[in-house]
Amino acid sequence: MTYITKPQLHHPLLAENSLGFTRRDYEGSVSTLCAGCGHDSISSAIIQACFELDLPPHRIAKLSGIGCSSKTPDYFLGASHGFNTVHGRMPSVLTGANLANKDLIYLGVSGDGDSASIGLGQFAHAVRRGVNMLYIVENNGVYGLTKGQFSATSDKGSKSKRGVVNHDAGIDLVGMALQLGATYVARSFSGDKAQLVPLIKAGLMHKGAAFIDCISPCVQFNNHQGSTKSFDYVREHNEAVNRLDVIPPRGPISVDYAPGETVKVAQHDGSVLSLHKLAELYNPNNRAQALGYLQARQARGQVVTGLLYIDPDSGDLHDSLETVDTPLNQLGQADLVPGSAALAAINAALR
Amino acid sequence: MPEPVKTRVNDFVVKFANVNGSGSASANGMFAKSILRMGVPVAARNIFPSNIQGLPTWFEVRVTEAGHLGRRGGVDLMVAMNPQTWDKDVAEIEAGGYLFYDCTKPLPAAKFRNDITVIGVPLTAMCNAAYQLPRERQLFKNIVYVGALAALLGIDLAVIEQLLGEQFEGRAKLIAANVAALHMGHDYVTENLEPLRLQVRRADAVGDRIYVEGNSAAALGAVYGGATVCAWYPITPSTSLAEAFTGYCEDLRTDPDGKARYAIVQAEDEIASIGIVVGAGWNGARAFTCTSGPGVSLMTEFIGLSYFAEIPAVIFDVQRGGPSTGMPTRTQQADLIGAAYASHGDTKHPMLLPADPGECFEMGALAFDLADRLQTTVFVMLDLDIGMNEWLTKPFAWDDARALDRGKVMTHDELEAGKDFGRYLDVDGDGIPYRTYPGVHPSRGGYFTRGTSRNPYARYSEEGAVYVDNMQRLLRKFETAKALIPPPIERKARRKTPDGVIYFGSTTPAMHEALEALEGQGRHVDALRLRGFPFSNEVMAFVAGHERVFVVEQNRDGQLRTLLMNEGGVDPAKLVPVLHYDGTPITARFIAGQIAQLMAMAQIEAAE
Repeated sequence: MTYITKPQLHHPLLAENSLGFTRRDYEGSVSTLCAGCGHDSISSAIIQACFELDLPPHRIAKLSGIGCSSKTPDYFLGASHGFNTVHGRMPSVLTGANLANKDLIYLGVSGDGDSASIGLGQFAHAVRRGVNMLYIVENNGVYGLTKGQFSATSDKGSKSKRGVVNHDAGIDLVGMALQLGATYVARSFSGDKAQLVPLIKAGLMHKGAAFIDCISPCVQFNNHQGSTKSFDYVREHNEAVNRLDVIPPRGPISVDYAPGETVKVAQHDGSVLSLHKLAELYNPNNRAQALGYLQARQARGQVVTGLLYIDPDSGDLHDSLETVDTPLNQLGQADLVPGSAALAAINAALR
Repeated sequence: MPEPVKTRVNDFVVKFANVNGSGSASANGMFAKSILRMGVPVAARNIFPSNIQGLPTWFEVRVTEAGHLGRRGGVDLMVAMNPQTWDKDVAEIEAGGYLFYDCTKPLPAAKFRNDITVIGVPLTAMCNAAYQLPRERQLFKNIVYVGALAALLGIDLAVIEQLLGEQFEGRAKLIAANVAALHMGHDYVTENLEPLRLQVRRADAVGDRIYVEGNSAAALGAVYGGATVCAWYPITPSTSLAEAFTGYCEDLRTDPDGKARYAIVQAEDEIASIGIVVGAGWNGARAFTCTSGPGVSLMTEFIGLSYFAEIPAVIFDVQRGGPSTGMPTRTQQADLIGAAYASHGDTKHPMLLPADPGECFEMGALAFDLADRLQTTVFVMLDLDIGMNEWLTKPFAWDDARALDRGKVMTHDELEAGKDFGRYLDVDGDGIPYRTYPGVHPSRGGYFTRGTSRNPYARYSEEGAVYVDNMQRLLRKFETAKALIPPPIERKARRKTPDGVIYFGSTTPAMHEALEALEGQGRHVDALRLRGFPFSNEVMAFVAGHERVFVVEQNRDGQLRTLLMNEGGVDPAKLVPVLHYDGTPITARFIAGQIAQLMAMAQIEAAE
């Protein structure tokens, strides 16, 4: 990826959040993705979410694999540590990083090539372990870097830019995440920032494995007639089950959705998710129902978006492992090395 | 009957031939340990198949008051409990030796040899009479033969009883039943047979040494080295290392409130294991995985990333027969090249080469200091022989004044003070840059880690000069590593000699015994035991200082020899391979025989 530094000058009256940061402080280098790429919209949504949540940028660790989507962490949170790992293996690296320091916020960014093919196993196992992270798949259903091959999330029957029909069934990462035990599952669309930003905010605040499948059209290779991941197709077939707002524990927030039934879900950190129902019968606390709903709508050709499932009582991998409160990378020698006296006892037992 | 041999006290080899799954391992191990408890050193080797049950398995116990801890070669007493391997087992007995067998079913004379003494005990008949359940008959048969052997070899029954008490602590019924079986065998021999001319006598030759597996020792080393994250995937022969680490952590690293100062994940595969290690290392925790050659193959992409992105990681490679899945439960030293150059592109990785469990502990701890200091993957190269066999070794020792070396980590305060931070800047000229832990400072020290080329400030760059500069710095770092790796240990021959021998790892005890045997034959060889890679200048000086250097190793292709040629530019003609790779631990006889033969041939050629 090319590193292009952004100009340091910015408008002196940019709004600041409670930490004194402006939105610019959450940006990274200039994107080198194609103009109009959905991934850039997602980067922008991440920037907005982190800014609005008043997150210290340096406390977020951003990790990715390989591919167009995996380049994007360079384009946001420039003061954060980032790690562009290897193809499909970001989940294990993120897991290790999380084990080392439970106090940081972990943001994994991946693509459909990265997560649904070579990385399917690692995606599955990071989710089932309940690693405390927000895992975003920027899903364009195509290999952009290698110029337009189908990916594993390409829908059966959809066509490539050259008109070739995909005969393989597409992998539904949302369905997988639900089955694997993710405790926060959402789908969104890069072209719907009003929906995406709150979903990212809630995912970042969620304790446990949070997953967002974000359909992100590839303007170069998968934004044509016959694609089911194009801007037009998703706009026409999108069925949002709810609209979300996030109320952090520290401050008030205005809810700007239309009146209607609203469900409030409290999270571990004190934040409240305010869910405005669009689909009358949809219950985001029921994993089995979510799966059935998704499959029924998918059969009708609809793309269900919104917060699909949340477990407000979720835990994470550190809970399972019962690790100490102090991050492991901050334990001192006295905490780690048992010393010569303990060794003498071990020696005695080995004679 | 052959002429009886002179009684040999505390110096003989007993080999048990069993069927895998018959429950013999525990009884055989107790036999070895009972001799050890009598103050007589033992060297025990478990040779087992890669199946659950049915195939042949052997357990060889060398009783050696002289303290030889390698395999000698040859068998003085064969405990032949496996009809499948009878002929091979009988053939392996030294002339004048003994064959112990279950004589419940008589065998024709053709199944024996006339230069050995045959001892029959009707084990099956005794057990059938004493026990009702088939499993009991099988399991107690093992204890019965241990009792019989105790009587034949003069082992103190009380010592074995004590071991049974320790093994089944708190289970009185089991202790009583086992003690009864033990006495059944012992009484039969006392009443019907004469003691052998192989005898165990109490001695004081064990000292303060401990008896432990290398895997367990290495795991303890990881605890003392400050490892907090372990990610692993089960694979013989490394599994017991992760399991031992778990056990030690539960005992030694649990908070008073029951919380863990460690995290252990059984990953979904080897790739995820090393990925977790790399992630944890990147984030400032000491992390490791343990595996074997096939696992290293799968991990290579990440190992390359660790090399290029400069992230600390430790891999315990417990080597076994290869290539591919090879002989999963047989020992070899066949991963040297695979580990040293693991991954695509130009990579080199430090390796530590422990020779016994004592060094497994020391190097197990040291590896984490080196990984942090060098910011790279460090391999600890065990093998199945060290890893899964119990060895008599020096007691573990730890200097409480020793501080863990976390390497070059720029702190919040240093960043705050305005120190220039360039992730890949060679500030000190040793090739090692400074790093920061994620989250350390609100505005300074953040950087992007990537596998692609970058400049000293971690900014992506495909400039050829930038890339070359970075690769040259990595070489400088590897040079720095030479001074940090444990130095080789030289053992001079009694007389000045143009011949040298280089060896490492589990070959060591057999090598030392072979050197003594060669000295006894008037063949003098200077010896150098390697303890790590990259090779220090002392290694190259040793090679340069001898006309001919034997390189003893347990693989087919002479991998250490290749590394010496490759890294040291040594003339291949100067390095004479001595190779043993049938999957069994190398013996002193093999080494001495091979070197003597090679020296004799050279003498003949010189005379011609």
